[in-house]
Amino acid sequence: MRSITFETKAWAGHMAGQHVDIRLTADNGYQAQRSYSIASPAGCAPDVELTVECVSGGEVSPFLTEELRAGDTIELRGPIGGYFTWNPGSSSPLMLIAGGSGVVPLMSMLRTRNQPASKVPAKLLYSSRSAEDIIYRDELDRLAANRDGFDLVHTLTRGAPAGWKGQTRRVDRDMLAQCGFQLAEEPQILVCGPTSFVETVADQLVSLGHGESAIKTERFGPTGDKR
Amino acid sequence: MTDEVARLDGNAAAGPLSRFFAFEATNLRVTCASCGAETVLGRLHLYGGSRAMILRCIRCGEVNLRLLEVGPSLRLDLRGAALLALGPEPATAAGTFVSNQPGEAVRPTAPQS
Repeated sequence: MRSITFETKAWAGHMAGQHVDIRLTADNGYQAQRSYSIASPAGCAPDVELTVECVSGGEVSPFLTEELRAGDTIELRGPIGGYFTWNPGSSSPLMLIAGGSGVVPLMSMLRTRNQPASKVPAKLLYSSRSAEDIIYRDELDRLAANRDGFDLVHTLTRGAPAGWKGQTRRVDRDMLAQCGFQLAEEPQILVCGPTSFVETVADQLVSLGHGESAIKTERFGPTGDKR
Repeated sequence: MTDEVARLDGNAAAGPLSRFFAFEATNLRVTCASCGAETVLGRLHLYGGSRAMILRCIRCGEVNLRLLEVGPSLRLDLRGAALLALGPEPATAAGTFVSNQPGEAVRPTAPQS
């Protein structure tokens, strides 16, 4: 896992939740392209942060996480993807549900919310394999410590350290009912993670009565090389 | 690296679609030519990888859009879509590939774990 900041000259600005495509070109002209979510808050800042999970055997992520050096030039296209986005002007409570590195675009939303523009109630339910796998752990703790209407719930699926205070199972219907907003609060719900995680969570949300139109999902495949 | 067969969201097609549309295409509403269901493009079920993508109706599963990269060219097959509609979301500009200029730094920050 590596967070990389790109300085861009002609960045048009992005919304929280958008992604970029990165294109690598080999000496022989072969090109490989993958999408990565933007982690930095919405806006026009020329520095764009991505957080990339290294996928063993991947074509792009090993280069980004292991070989890319400060000063290198890289091709990126973006911002793109207008569907899985959050507008800080929205007054609906914000329910974010992340599996693994699916937290990255949701982090952009929380960082955007932390700017003065918005203080809608927000919750993040974040599933990780182990405590070591939690991305942005310290920053999330700081955001939760602000006590400004943001609640953070971690769950670990493959064992928890001694003294762990969070949940210790896969996200299920009971956890969603307990950690989420009430139906009457009409939350906007964004779910991002591996395909199976997203589909399970979305089905359970619908079974709890949340409308399909209130749920936006972003899946990434089993290799994770989409992120 | 294979283009693995996994179901993603239509949102993942935003990059190649930006070569066809001057606005953000994932907010288009697509009417399925087979069953008539209207779905925001970003919600369609996407199969494939960066070189070949199939976007299927979330209701009946029929193919609505196909994107195929053939050498330097990109093809968008729309036979499965009866109608594309815009709005109510505001159209935003689509992306183009840019390269950071020599002298501009890519500055890796501390690894997060």
